[in-house]
Amino acid sequence: MTLRLGLDVGSTTIKAVVLDENDCLLYKSYERHKSFVREMAYQKICELENILQGHVIQVSISGSAGHGIAAMTHLDLIQEVFATTKAVRHYNPESDVVIELGGEDAKIIFLKGALEERMNSTCAGGTGAFIDQMASLLNVSLEEMDELSLKHDKLYPIASRCGVFAKTDIQPLINQGADKANIAASIFQAVVDQTITTLAQGRRIEGKVLFLGGPLTFNKGLRERFKVTLKLDDKDALCPDLSPYSVALGASLFAGSQKKTYSYEKLKQLLKKCSEANVVNAHSEPLFKNDKEYLEFKNRHYQANIQKRNLKNYTDKAYLGIDAGSTTTKIVLLSEDDQILFSNYSSNHGNPIDVVKEQLNMIYQINPTVNIASSAVTGYGEDLIQKGFHIDHGLVETMAHYTAARHFNPNVDFIIDIGGQDMKCFKIKDGRIDDIILNEACSSGCGSFLETFANSLGYDIEQFAQLGLASQHPVDLGSRCTVFMNSSVKEAQKNGASVEDISAGLARSVVKNALYKVIRIHDVSELGTNIVVQGGTFLNDTVLRSFEQELNCEVIRPSIAGLMGAYGAALYAKENENKTSTLLTLAQLKQFSHHSVATNCQGCTNHCNLTINTFEDGVKCIAGNKCEKPVTGKKFNSDIFNVYQYKLTQLYEYANKSKPSSKGRIGLPLVLNMFENLPFWHTFFTELGYEVVLSNKSSKALYNSGQHTIPSDTVCYPAKIFHGHILSLLEKNVEAVFYPALTYNFDEGLSDNCYNCPVVAYYPENIAANIDFHNTAFYYPYLSLNNQKAFEIKFFEYFKKQGIHFKMKEIHEAAEKAYHEYDCFKSKIKNYAAQAIDYANQHHCPMICLAGRPYHIDEEINHGISNLLSNLGCVVLSEDSLCDDTLKEKRQVLNQWTYHARLYQAAEKVSQMDHCELIQLVSFGCGLDSITSDEIKSILKEKGKYYTQIKIDEIDNLGAAKIRIRSLLLAMKEGGNHE
Amino acid sequence: MNNRVEFTLEMKKTHKILIPNMLPIHFKMFEDILKSEGYDVELLTSTHPQIVDEGVKNVHNDTCYPALLVIGQMIDALKSGKYDLDHVALIITQTGGGCRASNYIHLLRKALANNNMEQIPVISLNFAGLEKNEGFQLSPKILVKLVYTVLYGDMIMWISNQCLPYEKHLGDTKSMIEKWQKEICRQLHSTQFLHCTRNYQKMLKDFSSIERIHEKKPKVGIVGEIYMKYSPLGNNNLEKFLLEEGAEPVVSGLLDFVLYCAENMILDYKLYFMNYFTMTLAKLAKSYLIHHQRKMIRAIEKNKVFTNMSDFNTVKEMANGYISKGVKMGEGWLLTSEIMDLIHLGVNNIICTQPFGCLPNHIVAKGMMRKIKDHYPQSNIVAIDYDPSASHINQENRIKLMLSNATQSI
Repeated sequence: MTLRLGLDVGSTTIKAVVLDENDCLLYKSYERHKSFVREMAYQKICELENILQGHVIQVSISGSAGHGIAAMTHLDLIQEVFATTKAVRHYNPESDVVIELGGEDAKIIFLKGALEERMNSTCAGGTGAFIDQMASLLNVSLEEMDELSLKHDKLYPIASRCGVFAKTDIQPLINQGADKANIAASIFQAVVDQTITTLAQGRRIEGKVLFLGGPLTFNKGLRERFKVTLKLDDKDALCPDLSPYSVALGASLFAGSQKKTYSYEKLKQLLKKCSEANVVNAHSEPLFKNDKEYLEFKNRHYQANIQKRNLKNYTDKAYLGIDAGSTTTKIVLLSEDDQILFSNYSSNHGNPIDVVKEQLNMIYQINPTVNIASSAVTGYGEDLIQKGFHIDHGLVETMAHYTAARHFNPNVDFIIDIGGQDMKCFKIKDGRIDDIILNEACSSGCGSFLETFANSLGYDIEQFAQLGLASQHPVDLGSRCTVFMNSSVKEAQKNGASVEDISAGLARSVVKNALYKVIRIHDVSELGTNIVVQGGTFLNDTVLRSFEQELNCEVIRPSIAGLMGAYGAALYAKENENKTSTLLTLAQLKQFSHHSVATNCQGCTNHCNLTINTFEDGVKCIAGNKCEKPVTGKKFNSDIFNVYQYKLTQLYEYANKSKPSSKGRIGLPLVLNMFENLPFWHTFFTELGYEVVLSNKSSKALYNSGQHTIPSDTVCYPAKIFHGHILSLLEKNVEAVFYPALTYNFDEGLSDNCYNCPVVAYYPENIAANIDFHNTAFYYPYLSLNNQKAFEIKFFEYFKKQGIHFKMKEIHEAAEKAYHEYDCFKSKIKNYAAQAIDYANQHHCPMICLAGRPYHIDEEINHGISNLLSNLGCVVLSEDSLCDDTLKEKRQVLNQWTYHARLYQAAEKVSQMDHCELIQLVSFGCGLDSITSDEIKSILKEKGKYYTQIKIDEIDNLGAAKIRIRSLLLAMKEGGNHE
Repeated sequence: MNNRVEFTLEMKKTHKILIPNMLPIHFKMFEDILKSEGYDVELLTSTHPQIVDEGVKNVHNDTCYPALLVIGQMIDALKSGKYDLDHVALIITQTGGGCRASNYIHLLRKALANNNMEQIPVISLNFAGLEKNEGFQLSPKILVKLVYTVLYGDMIMWISNQCLPYEKHLGDTKSMIEKWQKEICRQLHSTQFLHCTRNYQKMLKDFSSIERIHEKKPKVGIVGEIYMKYSPLGNNNLEKFLLEEGAEPVVSGLLDFVLYCAENMILDYKLYFMNYFTMTLAKLAKSYLIHHQRKMIRAIEKNKVFTNMSDFNTVKEMANGYISKGVKMGEGWLLTSEIMDLIHLGVNNIICTQPFGCLPNHIVAKGMMRKIKDHYPQSNIVAIDYDPSASHINQENRIKLMLSNATQSI
């Protein structure tokens, strides 16, 4: 008999099915391969001896890791999505749409109508792997997570662009003590949203939907989220028993159509040869040439050791330091002579409060009479822990780390800290922090990434690191973001790289990522001569060694590398000892309990998700808030000047200036450069006799409503939210929507040319091509506002073609008023900014210029950063309010965009002002800012100012931004103008 | 602000100019244009992985991949020790459009400064009057040679792609390409290259003489961001990969891009009343170029062996109803037009290559696909992103999916 074998070797699992001539299923299996790809394939054939022996065998192979095997064995290869289509057409011909999630790929197939098969782009990797990661983050098994998700009562917004982003959103939720059931369901929702934006790309998912692949088969909760989101009935949401085997089934069906046949022996021999083949990856240096090198390395690092003292008999004063990090909590109890009495490094397991409580109890247990004279806390969980345990001091992470590093080397001039979630680097000059570099949300996932990767391959991190040290040929895995690394590992696995080489390769990638992506060094000497490395990730010797190799120099790694934040906090507590400490006593600690409630803030239309922690003594700690309203009752500190707020309020005012009209209602979406030109267009259309209708205020919900029409998921958030705004206008039943395509912006005389960026200029094309307007007209004429005459004529001509006849005279009159209004608006902003500067100078307030684009004033886009600054007592200025046309200087770059020219201007201006610093807001995916940011940095550095950049995206989390801002304010306070 | 190092007349005698590679067939011949005008030049043909490493080190990591490669290739060459750093210059194109590409030259200068090589002059090759160099001027002679060479290159690329997948004797087409490259290079040193009709005829005759098998293979069009579309270094040798997978690559010529640039200058006046003078010049240039393109098209038609290309005026109107011609940054409306042109030529399988995060391509490529697919359900388009660490396997896997469908529909 002829049997057909289908093998699906994916990124994490291997699936095999055997069909006989009558399509009868004889065998199926689904196993994790732990990267032993070729070995497992061979083993599978051995296992199948009973079934296959003595038959003629047709075979084909599929899956991302199957490509390599096919190339080596010359077995027929079938592309996996193609295989799925084949299987579905055979087994489930009634399906309209197939959604298949694999270990790292997501696929969608539209079967009815024009066949369309899509796979996720390289950016939005991992789905199955992502869910695995999230489960381990929540410290639950996959099954538990699935069950939990079914019990949720609310959903949190979680960025769905890619795994790394989502993680950044989830981490604070865990830290705030949000209910795991809700988090689990929100994670699944994020996967759903991600699939819809990246794969559907404007095509509706409707009809009978077939769910395939491991994650969808095994997670009922995930299917539930899909069903709810896509509004599917039970009968339209299919998940057949054979779901995880669909690719293998397709492969075996395909095998039947191929000419090649094999005997069992021949097949076994082929795969045996393949499993034994020695694949050498590109040559790279081993971590250690010989044992001697290894021992030297070990001994050298042993020297940076901190002595421990016995806590039990200790009677002097002790100092407590806590570093409540994103994934772990670190605690150090310090003696008078800076030795360690007690330390602990433990994973938060989703709840840092319990960890701190437990460890404090432990300290009191060992020594019930210990005199903790002072205490300090730092890190993401600072607020929560400080309020809960009445800690004396809170300090910025950067300060804590510097304090600790200084202890090891008073001359330290560079500190790099790679933790679980974030990477921090500080340059030290003259005893002050001179430059702070934090990783952007997109290159994060440093330590915890290694850990989850190790786990996914079936090792714990210590074993994994140990293996890496023995690597002879570390694989080159690239250095972009972790999602890309997943794919590179896949490729290395395909080539048969060993676990040792993968471990060392990953460590090198982490290092390269830090050096070339985050710090962006050109030359090793830039880092200085006294480098201290720290953070839990550096306890991994493979990472440490790779770092030294890459830099070709020796660095100091304290034995307490993972505890440096806490150690620094303890030192700080010691230096800033108050008369009596407020820390909870043993008795109070015994009474200590807390509970957390998740709720929505009713303070404004944003309805932020809040987590309210209430402690035994009635102290409340609110987390998740974007403004201070739920805490203080006021949305933002309105006593202080804030140009962002002022501009926004002034713009929203225009909504009240619209007049009802019989001529018609025209909708203006408040997005992109409408934040700049609204005064113009509002006036213009009102003068022409229309009622102007504005789109709703931006919000996450508004964004989600338009998500399914976004054709490119890697474009910036300000552009993606455009879709939601248009839908909100369509709901308002306007007759027409207007948003002009402006290749050229106003020429403000500041730049070599006056372009808009391609996205701002041409996004209306995407709107027109991807949103169904039904009976509403969408007008997007190509205009230039630079030349009023040309504008009037072109406007006239455009609408004439649309069948609307304006008189040239009325256009001219409306234009006159519109140009005037635009100018008035601009000078109003500048006047306000001038007052703000005067105020700041009189009251000695720090000033921060938030330098971005006009649309960055949208609170959904800046996530409330300007309010945060206000609440910290800063006067907030904007880039356009500081422009000064007397300052045109030749730039080192081609200065060709109007908005960007303002950034350079603002930077020049800031460098001439006292008590003023600049923070650049950069939207993720903004390619132009890769050019502006370097230039702005060099302008500021030249004048001895700090450069701070905050990357913003969908992520609804200001954690990293807060650290940056607080570090900057601290530096301003300490150094004044630090030239 | 340090002043830019100009390429002086003196340097023409003392300096070697390094040219980054983009289109292997064309650029080899561009090298000879400059040689024939008395410049000492060298085309960089390196492809080793260190280029990417240098790029990553020297260019901001959010900058697009082509900048990273071009700059990486140059810095890598300069560091190789092969060149006397006091007697070497670089040349790079600058389009002057609203895209990031106009800033490559400045990023290159920053990279040079960071490597203590600021003495090296960088020549901007542009038609927008952006930067001038005394020692390097686009004389009418060079311009004419450029036009002819672009056309010869386009012709060789177009017809050789129709031979490569079908050649009976492996390597025949390649030697024919080399033969003609050499021939054109030789002609550039005299005025022989001007006899284009005769050259076209000979070329066509030569290429048609290559023995080919008769087999139906799926045709796959390549469109995209210009560097990623053409450069093997950028797109991981996409044409070669397609050949190996049993497909026929269809790649349109460089002249369309040049004409697109000219057309945009005309449109700037039409839409915004800008730059009347540039517009008149562009009009002249456009009619001159189209005249020459027609000569080439007529030659292919007369020869009757090869599938012909569309002329620019046809391509131009292809995207009507999809995207406005006002979209002029990056490849702008031309990219959408090329997709439509391919579909009309019966090439339904299309790969759209782009650097990861390419701004104009969010609109002109990915943004238009929904609409095209709705109107042409048989179209089989895949967008591939390229960046320093995108893995080949991921890219190839997506291309293979597209090819599976392509093969099935034959």
